[in-house]
Amino acid sequence: MSVLVYTESYNGKFKKSAFEVASYAHEVAQNMGASVTAISFNAENNHELGDYGASKVLNIQNVDLKTFNAKAYAKAIAEAAKAQGAKVIIISSSTDSKFLGGILAAKLNAGYVPNVVGAPESTDPLVVKRMAFSNKGFAHTEITAETAIIGVSNNAFGIHENKVSANVEDFSPSLGDADFSTKSLEVDKVVGKATIADADIVVSGGRGLKGPENWGMIEELAAVLGAATACSKPVSDMGWRPHSEHVGQTGKPVASNLYVAIGISGAIQHLAGVNASKTKVVINNDPEAPFFKAADYGIVGDAFEVVPKLIEKLKEFKAQNA
Amino acid sequence: MKILVCISNVPDTTSKINFTDDDTRFDANGVQFVINPNDEFGLTRAMWFKEKQGATVHVATVGGPSVEPTMRKALAIGADEAIRINAEPTDGYFVARQLAEVVKNGGYDLVIGGRESIDYNGGMVPGIMATLLDMNFVNTCIGLEIENGQATAIREIDGGKEKLEASLPLVIGGQKGLVEESDLRIPNMRGIMMARQKKLNVVDPVDAPSLAKDRKFEKPAPKGPVKLVDAGNVGELVNLLHNEAKVI
Repeated sequence: MSVLVYTESYNGKFKKSAFEVASYAHEVAQNMGASVTAISFNAENNHELGDYGASKVLNIQNVDLKTFNAKAYAKAIAEAAKAQGAKVIIISSSTDSKFLGGILAAKLNAGYVPNVVGAPESTDPLVVKRMAFSNKGFAHTEITAETAIIGVSNNAFGIHENKVSANVEDFSPSLGDADFSTKSLEVDKVVGKATIADADIVVSGGRGLKGPENWGMIEELAAVLGAATACSKPVSDMGWRPHSEHVGQTGKPVASNLYVAIGISGAIQHLAGVNASKTKVVINNDPEAPFFKAADYGIVGDAFEVVPKLIEKLKEFKAQNA
Repeated sequence: MKILVCISNVPDTTSKINFTDDDTRFDANGVQFVINPNDEFGLTRAMWFKEKQGATVHVATVGGPSVEPTMRKALAIGADEAIRINAEPTDGYFVARQLAEVVKNGGYDLVIGGRESIDYNGGMVPGIMATLLDMNFVNTCIGLEIENGQATAIREIDGGKEKLEASLPLVIGGQKGLVEESDLRIPNMRGIMMARQKKLNVVDPVDAPSLAKDRKFEKPAPKGPVKLVDAGNVGELVNLLHNEAKVI
């Protein structure tokens, strides 16, 4: 019996989340007395997955699958699950994984639970803790179907090394034209910059920044921290920043280790989007801003004075700790 | 074109969340319910198709009689007919099966659901429905044009966007971007009066299993007070983030 894990990659390189879901799969497999089989699409070095406990890797090399295609990927994963007799499938909670999660659940008649925040509380029956109510609550959910799909929330479990030797096997799913009935025409993706979904650290700006021309400061702070940039809803509504950076209940959820909110007062919908972040820092000149109640650390002050100083101090810190 | 917009009846975005019955149920006491925001963007886009290209728009939901005010609001915004599947929604699979039955019987060209509901956040209903119906599917959809039975959709991806092409029938998991928030409509008096005359069909559910079950809920642990750092001593924040929080 094996636990199957779908490991995401981009341009041949595994995403950080691939190692996290592999680590998670190893934990589940150990509890179930099973082994971990990973499935990868056009990855260059599948042996890397062995470092995180995958003893077998189903390696798909297929030019038609260079660009993510939810229907075709779900078909391939479903076929692999059936071939391996896998009753538990682990995926991430990325935008792509959530896209294919529902399709895969229908194909396998599986119970699917996304946004899972920790290792299963029980594996027989399978019970997991997940975020609900847009991070304002948690649910303890039992999967009652014979097959389970767990969508692990980013950064919730962490990456754990469990070195085994990965046996890499080529895998060719049987895909036809019908599986590519939704065609990708164009991908417009920022390359070489951390995305909100993957980032350990997110630096976010709000209306307090006064205008898009002041975003250089946010970008610079993000660059020093190796962080992704984000923004509050009014900022995206006013078109200062793209919607893909909007954090909140109807925007992106953030589950980073560190979330730095600058000039954001902290509406309840925004807080719902960042609740899952472990450490929250708020810089705001209004001491009554609701965000201070949700933050771990705060500075009451003018962002235009505080942030440049913070950048300077972080550069010094980095130089000392290089 | 015949469009079905699938609507979820959810607590208002500003609601405080509480649980009852030994934390096994959501406490709806005093909570205002609204159309799920992601579905509302889809409903507004459907209205655009109705007005610009000529379409019939139906809305459907799974729920008891308490969801009817939300359905009436959708009718007041401009939907032509509403369908309530008379069952308590248990899990995403059950809901998707019910809605798929409505789609099958109604012969819809375009089915618009939300990327996820803001209560249980499963985000699986449109994908399951599309797969059960063997229809094309685009999730996290932030743009949609339809010409001659061919859809061009834009979806949000992590760190950007992707343009896709698919033929109808099509299922969309929509969100903000399908229309802007400023385009959302507040029902006017005429719409509210007209909604009273529109059909709100109640149909029986089909027999379908639930594949997951919420056993218990909990709220996040209360947080300690914020540690304030003096604006003149920013270095202290760097020190705390490194030595105390250990995040840099």
